[in-house]
Formats: sequence, C-alpha cells, structure tokens
Amino acid sequence: MSYLLLDGVTKRFGAFTAVDGVSLTIEEGEFVCFLGPSGCGKTTLLRTISGLEFPSQGRIVQAGRDVTRMPPRERDFGIVFQSYALFPNLTVRRNIAYGLENRGMSRSAIEARVDELLELVGLQEHAHKYPAQLSGGQQQRVALARALAPSPGLLLLDEPLSALDAKVRLYLRREIRDLQRRLGVTTIMVTHDQEEALSVADRILVMKDGRIEQIGTPIEIYQNPATPFVADFVGTMNFLKGRVEAPGICRLDGLTLRCRTASFHQGDPVVLAIRPEDVVLRDLERAPENRFQARVLHADFLGPYVRVEVGEGELGGVRLLVDCPINLVRERELREGTALTFALPAERIRLYRDGAG
Amino acid sequence: MAVQVAVPPARAGLALKADVWLTRGFIVAIILYLVVALALPLATLLQKSFEVYEFRPEKVALAFYRDGAWQDAGRLSEWVERRGYVLNDGLRASERSRERFVDIIPKRERRGVERFRVTDLSAGGGLLLLEGRLSEPGETFELSRREFSRLRLRPEARFGFDNYRYYFATPALRSSITNSLFIATLTTLIVIPIAFGYAYALTRSCMPMKGFFKLVALVPILVPSLLPGIGLVYLFGKQGVLTPLLFGYDIYGPIGIVMASAFFTFPHAFLIILTALSIADARLYEAALSLRASPARIFWTVTLPGARYGLISAAFVVFTLVITDFGVPKVVGGTYNVLALDIYKQVIGQQNFQIGAVVSVVLLFPAAVAFAVDRMASRRQVALLTARAVPLQPEPKRRFDLLMLGFCGLVAVYILGILIMCQLAALFTFWPYNLTFSLKNYDFDRMDGGGWASYWNSVEMASWTALIGTAIVFSGAYIVEKIRGLFAARQGFQLLAMMPMAVPGMVLGLSYIFFFNNPANPLSFLYGTMAILVISTIVHFYTVSHLTAVTALKQMDAEFEAVSESLKQPLWRMFTRVTVPVCLPAILDIAIYLFVNAMTTVSAVVFLYSTRTTLASVAVLNMDDAGDIAPAAAMGMMIFYTNVAARLIQTLLARAVLARTQAWRRR
Ligand SMILES: Nc1ncnc2c1ncn2[C@@H]1O[C@H](COP(=O)(O)OP(=O)(O)OP(=O)(O)O)[C@@H](O)[C@H]1O
Ligand SMILES: [Mg+2]
Repeated sequence: MSYLLLDGVTKRFGAFTAVDGVSLTIEEGEFVCFLGPSGCGKTTLLRTISGLEFPSQGRIVQAGRDVTRMPPRERDFGIVFQSYALFPNLTVRRNIAYGLENRGMSRSAIEARVDELLELVGLQEHAHKYPAQLSGGQQQRVALARALAPSPGLLLLDEPLSALDAKVRLYLRREIRDLQRRLGVTTIMVTHDQEEALSVADRILVMKDGRIEQIGTPIEIYQNPATPFVADFVGTMNFLKGRVEAPGICRLDGLTLRCRTASFHQGDPVVLAIRPEDVVLRDLERAPENRFQARVLHADFLGPYVRVEVGEGELGGVRLLVDCPINLVRERELREGTALTFALPAERIRLYRDGAG
Repeated sequence: MAVQVAVPPARAGLALKADVWLTRGFIVAIILYLVVALALPLATLLQKSFEVYEFRPEKVALAFYRDGAWQDAGRLSEWVERRGYVLNDGLRASERSRERFVDIIPKRERRGVERFRVTDLSAGGGLLLLEGRLSEPGETFELSRREFSRLRLRPEARFGFDNYRYYFATPALRSSITNSLFIATLTTLIVIPIAFGYAYALTRSCMPMKGFFKLVALVPILVPSLLPGIGLVYLFGKQGVLTPLLFGYDIYGPIGIVMASAFFTFPHAFLIILTALSIADARLYEAALSLRASPARIFWTVTLPGARYGLISAAFVVFTLVITDFGVPKVVGGTYNVLALDIYKQVIGQQNFQIGAVVSVVLLFPAAVAFAVDRMASRRQVALLTARAVPLQPEPKRRFDLLMLGFCGLVAVYILGILIMCQLAALFTFWPYNLTFSLKNYDFDRMDGGGWASYWNSVEMASWTALIGTAIVFSGAYIVEKIRGLFAARQGFQLLAMMPMAVPGMVLGLSYIFFFNNPANPLSFLYGTMAILVISTIVHFYTVSHLTAVTALKQMDAEFEAVSESLKQPLWRMFTRVTVPVCLPAILDIAIYLFVNAMTTVSAVVFLYSTRTTLASVAVLNMDDAGDIAPAAAMGMMIFYTNVAARLIQTLLARAVLARTQAWRRR
C-alpha cells in the first residue's frame, strides 16, 4: 500500500486553476521531485499536500488516513521553505527544539534529540548562534534539522536550495539525498532545476500549467520524454518538423531520415527529436544510416564539451545542435566554418505528433 | 546513524483546538470593539442629526380644579402667548430641552388651584415629563400643586431635514464652513513649504546640529494644541512683547489660528516629507548631473517629483489636522467661528445636540475626502520606497549650508520661543506686570479644571491607553496579516481599522454622548468613567497605530506561521515566542504614540470627562476659559515634560530590551 495518494487533486484561486487534476501515488521512503517552470503550480501542489491550502476537488490519503480536509497541525509532515523561515530571535538550538515542545518530552530528552539533529546536519559548533550569524548553507541545514526534529513521516521541501550559490547547492543536494536515505523518510522536493531533480530523485513529476506532463524515474524522463515539453525542459533537444513517408522513414525539408515510426501512419505530421549528445561523431563506419556532412556555423564552449550548431552542406536549411567532446574538437581542429560529418542513430530519434500541424 | 531519541506524537487535542477558537474569538471581539466604539456611535450621530425637536404647547390641554369644580384652562400655547413667554430662551429646541410648566403659568394665575389636569394631545405622546415618566398619547396627568411644579414640557420629535435647513439658513453657522476651509488651506500653504525646506536642509545640506534640529521639529507633538495658542497670546496679545510685529492686527482671530496651527501641524508634515526626501536615489542625481542639468533644473525635475507623494500626503494631513482641531480656535479664535469649535459651542454652550450633530456631519466631509487622498498618496509613496535605491550623500557647500542653517534656526526659534514663553509665564507671578518668581501658578487645586487630580488622571488614562491599546492594536494587526481563512472577517476589520483616521475627535466625542449616555443602552454604565476615556482614545488614534503594526508585521517572513503549524505548535506560542520579541521596537513605538496622544488630546474627551475623571489637557482648556491663563500654560508644560519623560523612558527601555532580547540583530 502506498504511503501518499493523490486522487484528482485540483486547486483553484477564483477563476484561475493552479493545480489541475493531479493523481499520484508515492511509496514509503521514496524521494520524489516536482519539476516544472516557474508558476506551473509546484508550490501550490506542495502546500495542498501539507494542508496549508485545501484542494478545491480531489482526495489526499496519507498513511491510510484521508487527510483531504485536515488542518496542517493534525497531519504528519515537516516542511522547509525557500526562505527557510528560521525564527531570527531564537538560537539554532532553540529553533530545532521548537517542534519538540507540547509533546510531553522531558527537558533532557529534548536536549538529547536536538544534539542528535545537530550532529546529523553537522552544526554542533554553531548551536548557540542566531540564524543571522550563519551562512546560507548552514541556515538551510538548520531549517532541515528543525523540520526533521519531530520525526515526521513526510518531508516537504520547497526549492530548498534555490537561494544558495552553485557550489553549495551541489554539495547540499547530495547531503539531503544521503540524509533522506539514512532516515528513510518519504520526501517531496519542489525544484525548477532539472539537473537537481535528475540527480537526487527516485522519481520525477514534471508539471506544466498545473497538470502532470510525465511521471517517471530520472532515466525514463531523460531518455523517453513523453512530450516535447518534457524533452525540452529536461536537457536540450533538437526539434525537427517533418512527415512520415513510409514505415521507418521520415522526410523533412528535403532530408530523408530513418527512424522508428511505430505508432504513426504514413503522412502523419510529426516532430523528430534528438539530443545533441546523442549525435554520433566517431566510428561512423559502423553507423551507415542517417549520415550527413555539414558546416559548423557556431561553436559555444561549455567546459567539458563544445556545443556546435551545424547546417548547410547536406543538411540544407536544417539546423542541428551537436555536442562535441573537447578532445574531438582538438583532434579535428573544429572551428566555425569547418566541415563535420555525423550520424543520427535511428534508435535515438524520438517522434512526437506535431500538434501545430 | 539512526534515530536514537523517540519523539512522541504531539498532543493534538485541547491546546490546538483551543487555538482555532482563540483566534476566532479574538477577531470577533476586536471587530465587536470597533463596531461598538466607533461604527454604532457614528450611526447614532447621523440619526440624531435628522431628529427634529419642537415645542408644541398647542398640543397640551389644561384644566384647573378650583373652588370645588374643574375649569377648562385652555391650551398651553394660549398661556405662552398671553405672557409673551419665550420658549427655550429663543434657541432651537434639541433633545435635551425642557420647559417647566410653572415658568409658563405665573404664580398668581395658579392661586387657589388645588389640582391640575394636563393632557397630552399629540399623536406620538411624550410631551409631558414627570419625574422620569413620559405621557402616552392622549393621556391625562392629574396632579397636586407639588407635582405640577415638577412637571416639564418636552419638545416633540420627528425625522426630517429641518436641522440641515436651519444650519444652512443661519449665516453665523454657515460661515464656519468657509472659515474652516480658509484656515486649513492657508495653514497648509504656509506649513508645507516650511516643512519641506526644513526637511530639505536636514537631508540635502551639510549644516551642523542636524540632530538638535530634528529634535526641535518634533517638540510640538508633545504638547496639546491649546498650548501654542496660549504662547501666542503671551507673545502677541494685548500686553505681548512682540505685539508691535502684528502692525495693529489682532492675534485673536484668523492670524492667531493660522500661527498656532502652523506650530502644532509642523512636525506631522515634516516627518512625512523627511521620509519622502530620505528615500531619494543618488543614481538619479548622478544621471542628472552627467547630463549637465543646472541645480535649479535638478530641483524641479528630480527632487520635487521624487517627493511629490510625500508632499501631497503631508498637505492633506495638515489640512485634516487643522480643520478638525478645536483647541487652537478655542484659545485664540476670538469671535472667528470654525466648524470644530461650533460643535463644542453648540453642545457645551447651548446644549443643542441636534445642531452639534449636523455640524459633525458637515465636518466629516472634508475630513473624509482629505483622508482618502492621503491614503492613496501614501500607498504610492510606499511603492517608491520598496524599490531599493542608493542613498544620497550631500556634499558640503558653504553658502547653501549656512543659508539652510539660518532657515532652520528661524523655525527652531519660533517653536522654542512659544514653548519658552509658556514656561516663563507659568513661572512668574503675573506676566508681564509682576516678574517675581513663584510657583503659585502650579497650585492647580485652587483653580477650575480639577487641580492636580486631573494631571494624575491624565497620566493614568494615557498609561491605560498605551497598555491596552498596544495589546489590542498589535494583536488585531497580527490576525489581519497572518491568519489564513476568515477572509470576510479580516476584510471587515481592515476597513474598520482605517475609519478612525477620517473621524474628527469632536465628532467621535459627540457620537459617544449620543450612544453611551442613553439609559436604554446596556453599556451606558461606562459613561463618565475612566474606561470610556480609554476606549475613545484608543479608537481615536487606532489607524496610525494599526498601520505601524502592519508595516512591522509585513517585514516578518510569511512562512513562520506555516512552519509553526507544521511543527504542531499552537499559534500563541509562535506569537509570544517569535512575533512579539522580533516586533518589540515597533510595539514600543505604538505604545509611546498612544501615550503621548492620550496626554495631549482634548477633542474627543472634552465631551466625555466627568468630575471624577477630569484630565490635564481639558484642565488647560477650562483654566484658559476661566481666565487663568498662566496656570493653563503651567499645566500645558507639565504635559510637555511628562511626554518628554515618557519618550526618554521608552528610548532607554527600547535600548535595554534590544540589548537583551535582540542579540540576533547583530551579526
Ligand atoms: N493565493 C493565491 N491566489 C491566487 N493565485 C495564486 C495563489 N497562489 C498561487 N497562485 C497562482 O498559482 C500559480 C502557481 O503558483 P505556484 O506558486 O504554485 O507556482 P510554482 O510552480 O511554485 O512557481 P515558482 O517556481 O515560481 O515558485 C501561479 O500562477 C500563481 O500566480
Ligand atoms: Mg514555488
């Protein structure tokens, strides 16, 4: 039996629908990320799960209890907000102890529990400081410790890392992941950073305009994006408009491409999608299909690889983004204007129905 | 590492349930407070302004029992005519007007009458009043001689526009409207440029002694508005040292009113404009300079537009303060009538409550309009403020700085001059004739106005107002800002909280008389107590306190309550443990604001004090009225020193509290 069940959850603000018919089950101990662009309703969905907002429609069941209309104080969860919302006039220790009162715990038990959490997040030396005296990353960990102190069954994180700089984010997201594994607490994290979601989540829920676009493991989401929106939002994707010419063959702008047309019929308008890193540049002899030669029009240096835009030559008016490892760039002396031969492996090309016609 | 310490579940029961009911109960209570202490009295006032009272002696029939037989004695109107009796001394009747029958029917006509029959022929009844009992329609009272001597005639009541018709048909009353508008406009036109110059000097020049000048500018807030009037009388009155400066004009009248009003409104305008000027963005000035704009052009294109909402807001605040103030015209107005003073004169002088109510309604209009404009302007100003800017650092310019110093010096001399004059007058035996030092003017117990007891009453009243008012205002603002749900109740409350600012004190006071001094009202026991003074003063100064609290609360993280709730803690713990400590500076600001205003206010309480609850500010008024001007000045200065002391205590307290509880503010 799943730990959390959402059934057709809808939240309206007046005439505006912020969350639209979301159904979802989350297993105990799972780490789920809500991913989507700004304003797509991630925070609203999270607040609905916590009871800080009540759904306009639908049902929420947590640990076998129907909690749909239950106020937050009667539910079982801990939450960390983007702003951390640490109480500025209480020390780190008092902040963490805040949720341990009102439970009949002895003073010494509370202190012991706080020590435990301080150790868990590695802030023993900072216990007597005030939040304003801590760095952003430290504040974030205090907020996490405070939310975890009462041992909640569900941990909700609303963009917990977005206020931090890149290095700290990278480090902290691993720490959150490890912590979650160790404690086994079911966790939902909201983020609009696809990389963050891919690296920490067991499953990702991609949202757009209040609706679920796709739910799946990071690998599923990345490799088999269900819609062009997901494909575009998670990673980078080349989109090419075309038409199914025959089973296994598509035509676009004078090019003919081999690809898997499985569920499409002849003549269907389609969008072909391929990721820049899936374009094959080496051992081309072993990839006879979809081989083209074109010119490098642009090159963006991105550190470990160079993202080049190719076109003209055999591509004609079509433009493609291709990721070239840095050693290959050096080897072939790639630069704007040089020619490049590459192949588009048929099994890496995804087809979507062309909505725009 | 696994969890070692077991955490038991929260006690979901009573404490948390109580929490919900506590907040609901509180918001209901606070709305009820504002309804009972503001909305209902105002509604009553409006109703009273439409009640028309008229004596109808022709509807009273009389019969005398004389010589063993009843004789028809005609209608009361015939007696009135026959004697040429003037009902109600020729004044318009109001709800409290009464006439004794024995005054209308002369003694010789009653000789030999053993019993009297008096019949109320009116359709509504109630024309006759005998020891608290009213006549029914058509009822006949049969009375002994003794009873007849106690019988009173009441005016008949109906609803209509007659009071308004009378008001606008009476030139003496109507002229107050133009007088009030004239005085308020003129004062605004004088005060705003001066306040702007003063604030400009403090923000844009490098003149010395800025701290001193800022303190001086705030001094008038600490004294009742009656005091500058008294000071001006000493300076420019018949025996004044500076009277020649008036070139023969009389200080009593518009000149005095404008001069004194300028004194007491100055700090209010100054503070608003100072805020507007201090948020100026240095980058704008640098941009203008780089475009080679001349200083004059920069002033007109950058400085003034940047402060325009502040200027508008300040102008309407000054206008409202002047038009609703009655202390100044009372002291130096002479025969010059203004609206606020008319209310006082109608109610206290002529006991004409109906016309008092009409004037109140008339006065509500300009005050409400000014209030609305001010709110719109200050909202815009706040929007400017949130866009963070680089603060402007003035550069020393010798000539300009000296000029500004001279200007501020003049203003400071005016403010301090009036104050020092009052203090001197209070300390000398009899200014300007007997300049020996004496404390006899402080012997308040020998004067009208309640003596030293009024002073202590005022301190008590102000303390209660600060204590209870701060608690109500801050908790109310907290609920409006931080509680989810209860949307309608919060909206209603927000509206009620803004209303007091648009209601002049005189109007509030009069509406309290109507509402609370009515035996049918179960709350009438409050009338004449210390409690009603505290209640009315809190309401009178509610809006500004409320806005201060809301501003402080808006700066708190919006998620605190959600976090606390997710940690299963009751709201009051959040409130006492975090909200109150973090907002303590703002809370102290509210408390001192309420205290100072409670010490100086006259307008609302002048209608509400009783012999046991006389107040210092009202004592200033009454002593001045009785001609004891020096003691009035002495009492006014006592209020000033008390407020200075209160401010000092607040500053020290704030500092101590900050040091102890707000260590977190330091990094
Ligand atoms: N209380 C509210 N009243 C009205 N509209 C709201 C309210 N809360 C959220 N919305 C709207 O609902 C939509 C979704 O908001 P939400 O905060 O859930 O977005 P989000 O996905 O968390 O975005 P972000 O990444 O920017 O935080 C937005 O268009 C927002 O304007
Ligand atoms: Mg959000």
